[in-house]
Amino acid sequence: MIVLWIITGAALVASLLADRHKTFVAAAKGFQMLRGILPLLLGVLALVSLILAAVTPEMIEHVLAGRGPLPFLAAFGLGSVALIPGFIAYPLTAVFKQHGASYAVQAAFITSLMMVGILTLPIEARFFGWRVSLLRNGLALFGALLVAIGMAWVLA
Amino acid sequence: MSKQRNRPSAIGRSWPWIIAAAIAVFWVFGRISGGFAFGLRAGANLREFLTEMATVLPPMFLLVGLFDVWVPRHLVERYVGRRASAAAIPWMVLLATLQAGPLYAAFPFAIGLWRKGCAPRNVFIYLFAFSAMKLPMLTFEVAFLGWRFSLARTIITLLVFIPAGIAMERLLPGAYSPPEAAF
Repeated sequence: MIVLWIITGAALVASLLADRHKTFVAAAKGFQMLRGILPLLLGVLALVSLILAAVTPEMIEHVLAGRGPLPFLAAFGLGSVALIPGFIAYPLTAVFKQHGASYAVQAAFITSLMMVGILTLPIEARFFGWRVSLLRNGLALFGALLVAIGMAWVLA
Repeated sequence: MSKQRNRPSAIGRSWPWIIAAAIAVFWVFGRISGGFAFGLRAGANLREFLTEMATVLPPMFLLVGLFDVWVPRHLVERYVGRRASAAAIPWMVLLATLQAGPLYAAFPFAIGLWRKGCAPRNVFIYLFAFSAMKLPMLTFEVAFLGWRFSLARTIITLLVFIPAGIAMERLLPGAYSPPEAAF
């Protein structure tokens, strides 16, 4: 996060020194884009806040920590739908691990969590169009399956 | 820019604010009654998301604006465009891993790259790398899940998602470009 601010700050200063007018145009462009997406972003994140409040970590743990194919499928389902920042996702996965979740389940949850975003699809579609967004998420889900299988195979 | 798009209805425009306001009401109610844990959790979640948005989005969009104004199209085309070599791939991955934030923060920059002539495969390799392997997050992963797990996951993810990015380009029609009047 800090790195992003430093890079942007440096770029902004360099740009201001080079051409003030161009910098103003750039800032206006960025602001216009941000303003365009902000209401949708707020709505999606508010919905996710409600859904996450209804689902407790204990419930997720209960589903993921068992044996057989069900936890594996549940890991993909939960990972695809949920929107959890990494600094919460890793400790959460560590808890699943302590309760007996396999490597494949851990990898399935983390990978689909990061790469597949069902709830953020409307945001993605606003930028890329529905066709590309659905295709990307479908491929990401399939890729997450391969990663999970690979992890189970490598760490076995 | 979007004159042709018909204005969304009143509900279409106001639903995000209604849900956000409802969460605020739930949270206040939870605070007063002291027993409405759902409202308190929803409020805490929303606050966390809004904080994340406020810290990541302003610099990200400013960067996208600067990129759009300063970086000439022919440079993007030459180094990461359709005819660029595979040497573009490590650069896309490096670019992605140095940034921070949730996946939706990467969309504006990815679309900026695409419109400047970046090959779709490189756009999607950037997006996949952005979501799955951020350098600052690696320390977290190692701390909680161990070296073996983190290293194996990073390598396997790269091996799977570089071909996936290339597959994205193949699966899209050759002349496909993202919707121009998105905003």
